[in-house]
Parts: sequence; structure tokens; C-alpha cells
Amino acid sequence: MIWVAVVVTGIGCYLLKLAGLSVPPRVLERPLVERVADLIPVALLSALVAVQVFARGHELVVDARALGLAVAVVLLLLRAPFLVVVFGAALAAALVRLA
Amino acid sequence: MTDALLDPRERRSIIRDSLGVGVATGAYGVSFGAVSVAAGLSVAQTCVLSLLVFTGASQFALIGVVAAGGAPISGALTALLLGTRNTLYGLRMAPLLRFTGLRRVLAAHVLIDESTAMGVTRGSTAAARVGFLTTGVSIFVLWNLATCIGAVAGNAIGDPRTYGLDAAVGAAFLALLWPRLRGRRNLQVAVAAAVVALATVPVVPAGVPVLAAATVALLAGVLTRSERPS
Repeated sequence: MIWVAVVVTGIGCYLLKLAGLSVPPRVLERPLVERVADLIPVALLSALVAVQVFARGHELVVDARALGLAVAVVLLLLRAPFLVVVFGAALAAALVRLA
Repeated sequence: MTDALLDPRERRSIIRDSLGVGVATGAYGVSFGAVSVAAGLSVAQTCVLSLLVFTGASQFALIGVVAAGGAPISGALTALLLGTRNTLYGLRMAPLLRFTGLRRVLAAHVLIDESTAMGVTRGSTAAARVGFLTTGVSIFVLWNLATCIGAVAGNAIGDPRTYGLDAAVGAAFLALLWPRLRGRRNLQVAVAAAVVALATVPVVPAGVPVLAAATVALLAGVLTRSERPS
């Protein structure tokens, strides 16, 4: 099943890119379409953060991952590069689990 | 259209900037590789994902849903929804790049956030192509190399939770979201989407809460129509 998802995502994402370069702009360049397309990444990424950090199965929990997220926020405010943010959060979560 | 040959100095400067972005972005493929095997994908699946999908947020989305125990296909759906923004980048880039035929088919694969950003500001087709292609191709090469390194390393270290790699996924999403959190409407959408996702976690299958949150974007887009007439 994972392989199917990998291939479907690969083909689909490529076609979405190719469509943008090929479709006449007027078909998609409408204010509503643009607005929704602009907001979709915001909604999805925010939902992914929430689920990734606070869900365990069907439960909502606050654990080491929440501390990792807090560290990520601080690092982002300090304008740290992506890798530092990601591994900084991991390190914080790992350390609090050791304690 | 003026399509004069690119001044060598301008060309060099665009290449230098683009390579800088390419190296910085490509390197974080390491985190994708490590997190992906931690989510339960094999090294091969992880590497093929980077090769075929090649758009970071979608890749993280797919493995994020799988890691949470969701059906891989709802992960794929989330990834595709995130991939729609590349279509908009394409619309913006097409008249600037003016690629046709095989070149367009190849260029499409490296149409991502960063290559668009480094191409879209240029004044001529020649300059836009240099910025877009240098950025896109350098990220493609490094991102895939880094993914494999991260996946192999992640595979070797054992239980990812010990290293907090499960926390790294949330941080990665937040870092991708961060630059988009400008403006009140985007902030409201982000908060509402998180609330919808968390509220649905106890009652729907894993993977579905994130898709449910996408409706927030739809609603906000439709309802705020009068706010910004354009």
C-alpha cells in the first residue's frame, strides 16, 4: 500500500506541476481559485503540525513532542535554518525522554 | 519581447545565488530521509519518494500521515492537495520561462517553491531560466543525495523515538508553515485548521483529520471573497 501511495503521489504531483506550465493562465487564474490555493497549504500544514504533535492514535496527548514544538517555535523566531529547527526539536524531545 | 543575451556578470550572480539556495534547501533532505524511515517507510520507498514526488511539503505530508497510522492513500491525497500550489507557480512561471515541448516536460519536475522564487523576479526569459533551472536542478541532485544519506542513517540508529525524530516531523511542518503565517486571515485559517484537525482526531480514521482541515481553506476562500476585491 505504501508503494501505491508513493507512485500515485509521484505521478499526481508531477502532473500538477506540468499542468501549471501548460494550461492557459486564464483557466485557473481567478481570484477565488487563487485564494483557496493560497490558503490550502496554510490549513494543511497547520493541521499536520497539530496532529503530528498532539495526537497518539485517537487520543490527544501532551508529551515530549510538545516540548519539541516549543523549541521549534523559539528557533524559528530566532530565524534558525530549517535543519537546526528540525533537529533542535528532535534533540529537545529526546532529552526530555531521557530525563 | 526583449530577449537579449544575458550579461555574463548578471548570469554569474544569478547562478551564485541560486546555488546558495540549492545547497541550503537540498541539505534538509537529510531530515526528510531520517524522518521517513522513522515513519515506517523503507529506505527504497523513501528514496523513490524524493525522486518521483520532489516537493518537500507533500513528501513530509505523506510520511506524516503514515507515521500517525493513517491509510497511505489518505497520505497521498494530502500530499496531492499540498502539491496544487505548484500548479499556481507554473501559471506564474510559464509566460516567463516560455519552455515548450520536451524542455517543458523536464522543467516541470523541478517546479517547486524555491526554483519559482529564484526565477519569478527576473526581468528576462534568459535570466528567469538561469535562476529557475540552477536552483531546481541543484536542489534535485542534493535533495535526493541527502534523502538517501538520511534514510540509511535513520535506518541504522534504531528506535526513532529515542532520538525524538517523531517530534522532528511536527517541527518540519511548522518550519514549512512559518513563512506563510503572514496576515490575519492566514493566521486565522491556520488556527481554525489545527482546531478542526484536533477535534476530529478522536472520531475519524487517522489521516482524515488533516483532510477535514483542508475544508477550512475552502470555506475561508469562499467567505472572504468580498474582503479583497481584485
